[in-house]
Amino acid sequence: MARITLEHLAHSYLPAPQSPEDYALKELNLDWEDGAAYALLGASGCGKSTLLNIISGLVHPSRGRILFDGVDMTAAPTAQRNIAQVFQFPVVYDTMTVRENLAFPLRNRGRDPAYIAERVQAVARMIGMEDQLGRKARGLTADAKQKISLGRGMVRREVNALLFDEPLTVIDPHMKWELRTQLKSLHHEFGHTMIYVTHDQTEALTFADKVVVMHDGRVVQVGTPQELFERPAHTFVGYFIGSPGMNLLPATIEGDRAYVNGTHVPLGGRYGALAGSTRIGVRPEFARLSRDEGLPVRISRIEDVGRHKILRATCFGTEINILASEGEAIPADAARVVFDPANVNVYADDWLVAPAQGSAA
Amino acid sequence: MEKTVNHKAWFLVLPVLVLVAFSAVIPLMTVVNYSVQDTFGQNQFFWAGLEWFRETLESERMWDALGRQLVFSGIILAIEVPLGILVALSMPRKGAWASICLVLMALPLLIPWNVVGTIWQIFGREDIGLLGYTLNALGVDYNYTQGFFAAWTTVIVMDVWHWTSLVALLAYAGLQSIPNAYYQAARIDQASRWAVFRHIELPKMQGVLMIAVLLRFMDSFMIYTEPFVVTGGGPGNATTFLSIDLVKMALGQFDLGPAAAFSLMYFLVILLVSYVFYTVMVNMEKREGK
Repeated sequence: MARITLEHLAHSYLPAPQSPEDYALKELNLDWEDGAAYALLGASGCGKSTLLNIISGLVHPSRGRILFDGVDMTAAPTAQRNIAQVFQFPVVYDTMTVRENLAFPLRNRGRDPAYIAERVQAVARMIGMEDQLGRKARGLTADAKQKISLGRGMVRREVNALLFDEPLTVIDPHMKWELRTQLKSLHHEFGHTMIYVTHDQTEALTFADKVVVMHDGRVVQVGTPQELFERPAHTFVGYFIGSPGMNLLPATIEGDRAYVNGTHVPLGGRYGALAGSTRIGVRPEFARLSRDEGLPVRISRIEDVGRHKILRATCFGTEINILASEGEAIPADAARVVFDPANVNVYADDWLVAPAQGSAA
Repeated sequence: MEKTVNHKAWFLVLPVLVLVAFSAVIPLMTVVNYSVQDTFGQNQFFWAGLEWFRETLESERMWDALGRQLVFSGIILAIEVPLGILVALSMPRKGAWASICLVLMALPLLIPWNVVGTIWQIFGREDIGLLGYTLNALGVDYNYTQGFFAAWTTVIVMDVWHWTSLVALLAYAGLQSIPNAYYQAARIDQASRWAVFRHIELPKMQGVLMIAVLLRFMDSFMIYTEPFVVTGGGPGNATTFLSIDLVKMALGQFDLGPAAAFSLMYFLVILLVSYVFYTVMVNMEKREGK
């Protein structure tokens, strides 16, 4: 177990990167605390897997350093880093039995047979494959194979970190939930540092203590699920997390007021002069319909999703969503929307701006 | 669904039937015809029954040729398959060099058999051949027209040179189909190079290797042109393989009856071996798909 530090890390798959666009991973500094469960969240192709492979040593970064407990491991091979990693695509050794598969990482490290047998048994119980230990891995279903891969990742108890690269993509939904719970309890029990890559926000938010959101090769925010929800640091986090995502409206900011197409919207704090293109972001949870105040909207659709209703509307040509509770009546003549001032975030060039004074939080 | 009955449709099959009849059935039947008759010329034939088959099975000459044939096929398989795998493993996986390697590997396969024979025939000559001259200059007594060992070595090295590429290309295709995650997982699991080969690469290459072995066995079992051009089956009968023997018998001695019986049995052996290989391969795929 170790604290993992990334210093000025950047990576490009090109031999001679020129512009920032050439980098799959733009320069970042990040600390992974020992024993925490992290989710690495982002859309496909944003550099999540690259970052993971750099930590495990499968990819060598173009620039920067990786430290394990303060020791430079940038040049260390995978074997020396003592890291377990599970891939999206199930990897099993077809010619071996399930038992041999699970024992493989321990055997390669020359562990004592009695210890190996005990660990294999424990892991087999964890993944629910005790009765299949003797059979050949060839011909198993994709989720059984992936369970074996997970098992191989968990069989070594003394690893520095456990990395998961979208491991549950091929698994059945009910099994997915079960395995995720298993991983979580495993984390509670042994306290490994875990990094879990996913593009599914529910998975990220339920699994992790802290979520690292990546966008376009950059880490845009690191925070608890609540922080990501309330104060998205980047517009990407705003609309990627939440269902539906954050509403974003172009606005001009003047002091504690924003103007959307000339109509004023009260803000939770006072802002200084802002450069670049400014927008306000409000979660659908903090918007409500009104008859006589706020911004004019045209409701185009109402979706009843059970616990609440989602109102799809347009406001000055921008699509916005409003959440209404189940019992709430929607007045036929409501043509305006009001935002809760404390939960209106201001973005300049896509990045969150803190109010100069009178913070909303 | 109601089946439409229209016997005119048979006419559509006719061209294929005619083609197959002329290219395979009729020539084969001619051979069958020769194999059960005897002739003394003037196109007069006498019924001989299974006499030629019995004679062939009892002839020491045929068994010797079969023995040489099996030893030859065994040796070239034992060399070409491991060597081909080794070559495939050391070829680059991507980039410009991968393409260059592929083209270089494919070159020997594109050379006609008799040209390969001629190349080695000249290459090995002790008066003007680079190989033969050099070896003799180094004091090695190398002459494939006289030495038993030299003749065999030449024929085997020639075949290895000509066909290892095929095994290598097939093995390479098998290797290319392995997802990168397997290698990454193996690195995480700290697997040794041997374990990666034994548990990842070899199982994934199994299918193509079976095909390679089958192709190489069939081809080497029927080999004719190259040894014929280089050694002509000599010295003595040292490199007289089955097909060389067969041609000697049919065209050299004009023993049509025994030669026909011989070739029919030769054909059946190849058919049998192919069938066994095919069954094994299909069973393997089934096991994999289970």
